[in-house]
Amino acid sequence: MKLLRLKPGHGEIVLAEGDIEVPEQERELIEAFRRELDAGMWAAVPTESRDGRRQAELVKSFADVPRDAERVIFFPRAAGGAPRSAR
Amino acid sequence: MALALGTAAVVLVALLWELSRSRITAAIADRRLRRRAPARRVSEIGYDRGRELRAEQRARSLLRSCIEDEDWAMYRDLGFLRVWGSLGDRARAAGACYAYLIYPHRPILAYLPQTGALLSEYCVAFPDLSRPYGSARLPDSDDVLAKWMALTADERGLIADANMHLPGRQVDPDRVRRDLLRLSRWERERVNRSKIGQRASHVERAA
Repeated sequence: MKLLRLKPGHGEIVLAEGDIEVPEQERELIEAFRRELDAGMWAAVPTESRDGRRQAELVKSFADVPRDAERVIFFPRAAGGAPRSAR
Repeated sequence: MALALGTAAVVLVALLWELSRSRITAAIADRRLRRRAPARRVSEIGYDRGRELRAEQRARSLLRSCIEDEDWAMYRDLGFLRVWGSLGDRARAAGACYAYLIYPHRPILAYLPQTGALLSEYCVAFPDLSRPYGSARLPDSDDVLAKWMALTADERGLIADANMHLPGRQVDPDRVRRDLLRLSRWERERVNRSKIGQRASHVERAA
């Protein structure tokens, strides 16, 4: 499993990577996961249904992440905004 | 006596001032420079075209790996993404009663696919307050990915967080109508291409 974070000026960066079945690596993944949530990030897991439809699932704790998920993507939480670049 | 002491004190202060003036002014100037330095550093690293292009390339690869092939082709060819509404009779599928258009760093637009009528603009941003390179703005395709993930995972929550406005507040409605026409033309061409491809494979098999 890979924990990725979307970052301005960079694209995604890999925060942590490990095998969820290995306790030590799982612990590292959990720590990195908590750090990002504490920093105010949202976490999403891209998923694919049986009929091939893709969507994402927001997760609020590491326990919510499907065990077979390949990656969790962290991104800044949404804020209502009105960018100046109108039209 | 008092007058003499007072005069001596004034002379002493004046002498001390003259001796230390250059050091004091240098210290003040140094402090001012140090105060301005972080702002200068931020503006110096603020924008690097090469870095932003590389970031956008990475963001495009990630977006491509997350969304469906057809959606990726739509974004690549047209510059925006359509997401079907998840509430209603035909949720998240062609023929849903409403849909959204996701543009990079622009509001999400809700519209009726049957009529093309625009419903509303949802202003939402994903500012990274850590500002790693002086800007809180994600690369374009990361912004689209963030909107897509939030919309497909929790449509109600995202819409509740967004500032809702009538169409035309930030995105030109004429431009959106043109984009909807481009989208329907693009879909027709795609269908035609796949029909031609199927026919060709039938002919090959028959031969």
